[in-house]
Amino acid sequence: MLEREPDYPVPWTPLPYGLRECMFGLVTYGGLYQRGVEPPFDIEREEKEPTWGDPSYRSIPTGICQDQVGVSHLHLNVQDVTSDINILLPVHRFQELVQQGRMGGLAELAYSFMGYQGFPPDTTAWEKNYGPQVTEKFKSEGVDCVFLTPA
Amino acid sequence: MNVPVLARTLERAGLSTILVTNMPYWAEKVGVPRTLAVEFPFGHTLGQPRDISQQMRVIREALDVLENAQAPGAIVHSGEVWPIPQDKAIQSWQPEKPSPIIEHLAPRFREMLRQRRRPVT
Repeated sequence: MLEREPDYPVPWTPLPYGLRECMFGLVTYGGLYQRGVEPPFDIEREEKEPTWGDPSYRSIPTGICQDQVGVSHLHLNVQDVTSDINILLPVHRFQELVQQGRMGGLAELAYSFMGYQGFPPDTTAWEKNYGPQVTEKFKSEGVDCVFLTPA
Repeated sequence: MNVPVLARTLERAGLSTILVTNMPYWAEKVGVPRTLAVEFPFGHTLGQPRDISQQMRVIREALDVLENAQAPGAIVHSGEVWPIPQDKAIQSWQPEKPSPIIEHLAPRFREMLRQRRRPVT
């Protein structure tokens, strides 16, 4: 547990129901995208401007097949996630949990960000635009809880 | 320090969140509602590829935190141990070539090291 007070007040939404009733959404920071449907993250610009990181996000159907998974992230060895998406976005594990009746449901779309947000990091676009957009999309699918996996 | 941002944004808007990270320092410093801390290499937040039982154990630990945390800022440390020796694990998460920011900052780091090694006169 905490050994010191955080710098800012921590927001808190109590779990509304037991997990068996909750609809889940998934978010990764692994730079994943659906090949052939959405473009990769803009790593070409990052190569030219190393202090900048792409703040946008991609939508990933939770029924995605492994061969549709693309990864654009210049700060990680992406070989392992290219062979198994579940180490960063556990779509198949969550489908299994839903089938076992351990949770109420899984949203059809998950969302992927690319964790490198520049140096020094600038998260303004996440806070002002993309975070709220993803929140609204989750709400429109009836999501109650979100499982986040930074890379 | 970007780790906490999305969890905080979602939670503030009325969604309950659980964050799994190998950087609990930032979760603690900035403040994240609920965190499971894992000692796994970068890019492997939920475990090794195709190790379904390991992935599921981490997910269940995280769901326990989501279900049982009583107050904002809860951080629970996972009991999972990475099955590869640390020196090899540290090498294997690195990208094939250094990221652009590392290449950009390398001359500055080299200069800092040179200054530090210079004997005091």
